[in-house]
Amino acid sequence: MASQSLAIDLVFHALADPTRRAVVQRLGKGEATVSELAEPFDMALPSFLKHLSVLEKSHLIASRKRGRVRTCALQRDSLMAAERWFIEQRAVWQNRYDNLDGLLATLSGE
Amino acid sequence: MTADLRFEFLITNEGRALTIHREFAAGRQLVWDCHTKAELLDQWFAPKPLTTKTKHMDFRPGGYWHFAMVTPDGETYWSRYDYQTITPIDGYATLDGFTDESGAINPDMPRAKLDVAFVDQGERTLVTTVVNYASADDLQKVIAMGMKEGMTSTLERLDELLERLG
Repeated sequence: MASQSLAIDLVFHALADPTRRAVVQRLGKGEATVSELAEPFDMALPSFLKHLSVLEKSHLIASRKRGRVRTCALQRDSLMAAERWFIEQRAVWQNRYDNLDGLLATLSGE
Repeated sequence: MTADLRFEFLITNEGRALTIHREFAAGRQLVWDCHTKAELLDQWFAPKPLTTKTKHMDFRPGGYWHFAMVTPDGETYWSRYDYQTITPIDGYATLDGFTDESGAINPDMPRAKLDVAFVDQGERTLVTTVVNYASADDLQKVIAMGMKEGMTSTLERLDELLERLG
């Protein structure tokens, strides 16, 4: 992995909020300016900027300023690391519990 | 296996815990036994194709389960669960830990506390497991260890992931 300092806990914290999830979802379709991102939300700009700041600290998004326009982009490495870990963990539990279903069926049949 | 058994896998406590809900088509006593008796745990706990091999089991507060998950090649991954509180057949709390074959805990790896609860759902049983990491750092260490090289992925499952987190 290129980003050794990936803070997955920060990623999950960032994604725990519906506004921030919506921003990530939007950026999944491509870059966007801060005003484009803020537009769908009925929220004061300072509050929205706080959400963006949480996303930046988690390295889920990065932003750059050109003139007076700030543009945000998704940092796919962070998201993929979190995604992969999550999917693997879920698979372990799903597989384990599928085994248990089989065992319970056998024991119940006895 | 019944297809409509509830299964939810969620990140909770701001990214410091996993919460897993799973329904089973059996009574609470039987599901409890499968979680607390070595000869039964050995038959399901490791995900396929791994198998479970118990070395020591003492299911009481202060006791522990020491076991290996064994790969088809015979490689072993040792762990232990130290039982803290037990309330038959409602639930128990346990500390996980990575160990070697002797049962000595690896001090470099964080330990998570698991709270496991069993609730009647008609003829079924709902098991809720909460895996709590003490700190954000702890969870990160565990994730870093679990991450393998050559990660290639797409954002195909982004929507699914976000739904799960929601």
